[in-house]
Amino acid sequence: MGDWKTITVPAPSSVLDSKNTSQYTSEKKMSPSSLNMQQVLRLPLPSSKSTHSFFSAFCTEENVEQSISYLNRELTTLGFPSLYAESKGKELNLISILNCMNELLVLQRKNLRAQEDVEMQHLKLGSDMDHLQNCYAKLKEQLEASKREIVGLQERDRQLQCKNRNLHQLLKNEKDEVQKLQNIIASRATQYNHDMKRKEREYNKLKERLHQLVMNKKDKKIAMEVLNYVGRVDGKRGGWRTDKTEARNEEEMYKALLRDYEQCQKQLLVENAELRKVLQQMKKEIISLLPPQKQKPRERSEDGIGPVLSDLEDDVGELNKENMWELSCETVREQLTNSIRNQWRMLKNHVEKLDNQVSRVHSGALTDKDVISREDHELETEKLELEIQHCKEMIKTQQQLLQQQLMSPCDDDTTVLLQDCYLLEERERLQEEWKLFREQKKNFEKERRSFTEAAIRLGLERQAFEEDRGTWLKQQFLSMTCDSKYLENVKTQSATSGSSDQDNHLMNTRSQQKKPRSLSSVPTSAELCQTIQHTPYSSPCAISNKTTEESKPNQWEEIYREETE
Amino acid sequence: MGMKTHRASCVQYRLIVRDVNTLQILQLYTCLDQIQYVEWSSDSLFILCAMYKRGIVQVWSLEQPDWHCKIDEGSAGLVASCWSPDGRHILNTTEFHLRITVWSLCTKSVSYIKYPKACQQGIAFTKDGHYMALAERRDCKDFISLFVCSDWQLLRHFDTETQDLAGIEWAPNGCVLAVWDTCLEYKILLYSLDGRLLSTYRAYEWSLGIKSIAWSPSSQFLAIGSYDEKVRILNHVTWKKITEFEHPPIIANPKIIVYKEVEKSATVETQKLSFPPTRELASSLFSIPSKYDISQVPMSLQYIKPVADRANPRIGIGTLAFSPDNCFLATKNDNTPNAIWIWDIQKLKLFVVLEQLCTVNSFQWDPRQPRLAICTGNSKVYLWSPAGCVSVQVPMEGDFQVLSLCWHSGGDTMALLSKDNFCLCYLEREEVK
Repeated sequence: MGDWKTITVPAPSSVLDSKNTSQYTSEKKMSPSSLNMQQVLRLPLPSSKSTHSFFSAFCTEENVEQSISYLNRELTTLGFPSLYAESKGKELNLISILNCMNELLVLQRKNLRAQEDVEMQHLKLGSDMDHLQNCYAKLKEQLEASKREIVGLQERDRQLQCKNRNLHQLLKNEKDEVQKLQNIIASRATQYNHDMKRKEREYNKLKERLHQLVMNKKDKKIAMEVLNYVGRVDGKRGGWRTDKTEARNEEEMYKALLRDYEQCQKQLLVENAELRKVLQQMKKEIISLLPPQKQKPRERSEDGIGPVLSDLEDDVGELNKENMWELSCETVREQLTNSIRNQWRMLKNHVEKLDNQVSRVHSGALTDKDVISREDHELETEKLELEIQHCKEMIKTQQQLLQQQLMSPCDDDTTVLLQDCYLLEERERLQEEWKLFREQKKNFEKERRSFTEAAIRLGLERQAFEEDRGTWLKQQFLSMTCDSKYLENVKTQSATSGSSDQDNHLMNTRSQQKKPRSLSSVPTSAELCQTIQHTPYSSPCAISNKTTEESKPNQWEEIYREETE
Repeated sequence: MGMKTHRASCVQYRLIVRDVNTLQILQLYTCLDQIQYVEWSSDSLFILCAMYKRGIVQVWSLEQPDWHCKIDEGSAGLVASCWSPDGRHILNTTEFHLRITVWSLCTKSVSYIKYPKACQQGIAFTKDGHYMALAERRDCKDFISLFVCSDWQLLRHFDTETQDLAGIEWAPNGCVLAVWDTCLEYKILLYSLDGRLLSTYRAYEWSLGIKSIAWSPSSQFLAIGSYDEKVRILNHVTWKKITEFEHPPIIANPKIIVYKEVEKSATVETQKLSFPPTRELASSLFSIPSKYDISQVPMSLQYIKPVADRANPRIGIGTLAFSPDNCFLATKNDNTPNAIWIWDIQKLKLFVVLEQLCTVNSFQWDPRQPRLAICTGNSKVYLWSPAGCVSVQVPMEGDFQVLSLCWHSGGDTMALLSKDNFCLCYLEREEVK
């Protein structure tokens, strides 16, 4: 490289170096921008005088060539064009020198900017780091605090649990004590009763003694002094007390009681009837409230209501019928309450559905005409519920009363009447069946008559046929005996035998035909008798029914009469 | 005390009969000793005066002042005396409740009934006067005997399942007899006229039980007041409790009307002062007029907690009364002795509470209409009806302490009794045009 004088340069960095050298080489053309850059940098800058001396330290009048060649070498290694005009020449290319200087300045500026950026980033990172450290410290503190808190709370929880256990224990102790006290009370009560009884017995003895004394004294003092007798209130004379009067008194008492009971029962019946009316009305109203079957076929649950609605209508019809009886039997009552319960359940379901619809409406669906305002509906349902509860209670109390009544023995007539009512349907059914049987019997009779006529006809025909055959055979025989006797004999024999066989066969078949027919006619009537015999046994409890009994013998008589005909 | 048109009052040993409307003295009778008890007969023709100390009962006739009758029990002594419903027999209870002697005024005959029970209400007559129920006790067991009043024949005699019978009362329809047990045991038994047990009702065990009962006039309800400050109502169909009325010291339901008696500020107008002071002025100086104010609900009543270890404590429902039209029930809780609770029976709810300044002594319903008269031991009488309530000053000179009151059977007159005097209160009937 050549001989270099050792120059004391304060901490040279390549940037500083190049900057300083550029400063030196273009002193005159120092741009304000480079000055600013210098001010921005925090690096200790030497004073102007020192820079001047520093700049002059590099290149003096003696080593100009050397410094130029050094500079050239440095610049070429950095990629700049050579300073010399030609390679290895001593003439300096001013243009290239200027270009190099410019390039160096640009480079310097770029480097300064980059340095600035880096330093900014460095500052930012430093501040971020500080911030994060602060955060970390805070969080650590918080964590510590919350850990301490947790420990404190756990401690408190433990204490409270201890307390709780203690209180439970106390409660148990108290309960035991209460139980003990109750036992004590019970024992004391029995003791007290026993003592009281003893004292009372003693007291009674005293009383008896006193009573004896009082009676024994036979004081003239115990007397009544009256001016004259007073008449009785009702003006009559007093009567002796006899068995008759006793009996009369008993009778009076029972009459008074019965009168009271009858009045009570009348009131209850009236109430019962009113309540039943109310229940019927309620039923109708509930039915009217429920939606009809036609609307809303899409909803699945409606299908469940549909067929039941028709049941309801049937129920209504039934109960209206039963109302006309005005009988308060178990079954009627149960039916009424059950039907109302079912309807109520349906109404509830319907209300729930409506509620759902309403909620859907609120959520933005389209309004439905059938949706009633929720509050009105709720009020109504509440009212109905209360009414129903009230009615149920009344029904229960009346059930009990009437059960009591029914337990008491009633006359035979009433039992007969009751049974009669139960059997009305059965009797009607029976009557229908009888009609059928009578018709059938008539038909059978007709058939039998026709068959007998046919049989008679057949008999007559057969007779005629027989006669014809006889005559024909005779003729044949007569005609055939002349010609060939053997053959004819045989033939006739065979013919007769054959014909007789045939005849017999025919007869048999005919008789067989006849017999089954006649037999069939008889079994039908027998069957008829049997069936008629059986039907009375199938009807239950018809023995008590006198009318049926009367009709049966009539039936029997008819059959027997026809048989004998 | 007063029947129909006459009013009998006794002073020491003299019996004075006055006319109700004019208070004119009609008759004056003198008895042998200080009179303890006076009772009219049912047909208002005779009056009995009982003198317990001497054991004598004297009977006077109103129609014939010269007629006299004296019944002397002698050494047997006398503790109680009453008329039979036909007005011709007198039932005397001798000392120690040894026996009941039935004296007949028609035949001068005597009957004895042994072993009567010494209890609060041992004899009960039916409203129509046909039957008498008597509580008896033999061999440490309670019995009830039913007598026919016309000839005193024993109709029925049966034992009751009570520990210690405290009282009996007929229902107004005369077909059911309510029998209740001592206050140590809450038990009420209902017997039919022919002696059958219809039902038993027990509300709870061990605590003090029944204090008072009342039948409704239609015999539909039986109200039982007990020591636990509740009234339980039984119905006549099932004899089961239909409702319970509680008497808490704090009334919170805004639907209840509370009338509170407040003192009107006594302004003595100086201009009207005169000498000697007029009667009205004098009375107004002695007593401060009061009126009723409607209190705001919720409000609390004066509650007294009595001494715990005494017998017959002043707690619980001590008095019950149904109004004659069966619509209201008036009750008094001895824990809040200043208040009267009026319940609406048709709705089975509390209707009105009346709070007085002093302790309520007694109250009684008008026998004809739902009008309640109350006295609290001061010189005022209070009236309540569904239309409202009013506080009325008794215009007497000096101090007139109304200790008890009694309605006339006609319903328009009321007798107010103090210790030594009595006065009659006439109520005007409102003319309906």
